[in-house]
Amino acid sequence: MKKVSDFEVIERRSWTHAALLRLQCVDTLPEISGGQFVQVRVDGGRHTYLRRPISIHDVDCQNNTIDLLIQEKHEGTKILCESPVGSKLNLVYPLGNGFSMPENDDEILLVGGGIGIAPLLYFAKTIVNAVPGRHVSFLLGGRSADDLLLLERYREVGEVFVTTNDGSLGECGFVTQHSLWDVKKINKIYACGPMPMMKAVAKVAREKDIWCEVSLENQMACGIGACLCCVENTTEGNVCVCKEGPVFNINRLKW
Amino acid sequence: MVRTEIKLKGLTLKNPVMTASGTFGYGEEYADFVDLADLGGIVVKGTTLNHREGNPYPRMAETPMGMLNCVGLQNKGVDYFINAIYPRIKDFDTNVIVNVSGSNIDDYVAAAAKINALEKIPAIELNVSCPNVKQGGMAFGVTCSGIEQVVGAVRDAYHKHLIVKLSPNVTNIAEIAKAAEAAGADSVSLINTLLGMAIDAETRKPVLSMITGGLSGACVKPVALRMVWQVAKAVNIPVIGLGGISSATDAIEFLLAGASAIEIGTANFIDPAISAKVAKGIVEYCERQGVEDVNELVGGLKI
Repeated sequence: MKKVSDFEVIERRSWTHAALLRLQCVDTLPEISGGQFVQVRVDGGRHTYLRRPISIHDVDCQNNTIDLLIQEKHEGTKILCESPVGSKLNLVYPLGNGFSMPENDDEILLVGGGIGIAPLLYFAKTIVNAVPGRHVSFLLGGRSADDLLLLERYREVGEVFVTTNDGSLGECGFVTQHSLWDVKKINKIYACGPMPMMKAVAKVAREKDIWCEVSLENQMACGIGACLCCVENTTEGNVCVCKEGPVFNINRLKW
Repeated sequence: MVRTEIKLKGLTLKNPVMTASGTFGYGEEYADFVDLADLGGIVVKGTTLNHREGNPYPRMAETPMGMLNCVGLQNKGVDYFINAIYPRIKDFDTNVIVNVSGSNIDDYVAAAAKINALEKIPAIELNVSCPNVKQGGMAFGVTCSGIEQVVGAVRDAYHKHLIVKLSPNVTNIAEIAKAAEAAGADSVSLINTLLGMAIDAETRKPVLSMITGGLSGACVKPVALRMVWQVAKAVNIPVIGLGGISSATDAIEFLLAGASAIEIGTANFIDPAISAKVAKGIVEYCERQGVEDVNELVGGLKI
């Protein structure tokens, strides 16, 4: 069930070009799966009109809160990142199809790049909550250590491997160059990040014949499959990323 | 109790609020947000005789108080609509109207004839004004002779309420509307999107895959309002107004300018529940103003 609701910003943590917002709703949250997203209305921008699609970073059903980890790119996300505690944000949520839940014996790797690490946290939590004690591994990459936010949250949920392009944290290079690929047994990959990163991960997955899902972030208007703006050219033709995705198995993509 | 029923030549709307083609899917996409029974009608996605993949991504650009799109009539064709979609939506408690487009007159006629056979579709909206397809589309809607040809041909094959959706990308929209009326249109709806363009200064490239696209949203409202006023004075058939309507007040302005009904388009993307809110807001306005019947507002502009 999709809803449109007002949320109050109850906590904000800010970095140079990003912010973590904890949003609370008076209504009970509907069921939300890892990898789904929200459409946030942006008020007060001179050049903003449409909502901004933002992936769901974390959910607390007891307190009816949703965490959004937002990267400031242009005016809309800048306004969102600067939303003061106590202000209201209007969300249409939860949207799209999340990641597929793995089988209990799957050896899974969650690969994130930059702000694309955001949806992997909540998805990993749903996996661990379903099977307490289950092991999950993250492989998180950024240009430098400053790009990789909230790693402590990820370490609470699973094992964290890191790459940075400048070597300031973890192994130096891209996520696809990490040494774990040579030693670790993996049979499912879930990836979210910049397009070149996801394409590189998909290439590795194909070479190693590993099942792989990626989360796309094409530009959207409606977010619910009505306007057909956010299409990805798949093996079945143009499909809406907002409704059919944002998560796709790489076998459906023409990458 | 305010009377809200609108009669448009054989098509009865329970209230003047409809949703615009291409912004409301097939209604199902909005069922979590809006009780479709609260609407006068929904105009579903543009349908063509044959399957169309539409244009490549990227298909949209945000603009100040609006957006550009170049979707290009992506749809699976009229047969798919009839077999797969119609059974799911035919029993909605509102008028389900199909927007019909084509790239040549034969295609328009063939698609319209197939939809004519659908019992639960009381009207079509003929799209002679899509700016995003290379052939047909807007080409028919920008000359009087073009619109006479396509409307006349479809009129012969379609026997229910025929709405003709007009392009604003013309020098004299009243003349185009009169041509549609003369060719047999039961009503006209306006405006479709305004042809526009966006450029990324950093990359020096166009933002849209097709370079140009259709502008919609709140920014087009004054243009739409002016055109509705001009057309309503020029024709004797009902006018359906659309273009940037985002609130009940906007809708009432269109009624006062001469529209008998309105459509809500891009505003559905900003608030997916807006259409039902506008319908409710129109009633509240009437109660406040002592208007007993919404029809009293139509063309009620005081000059």
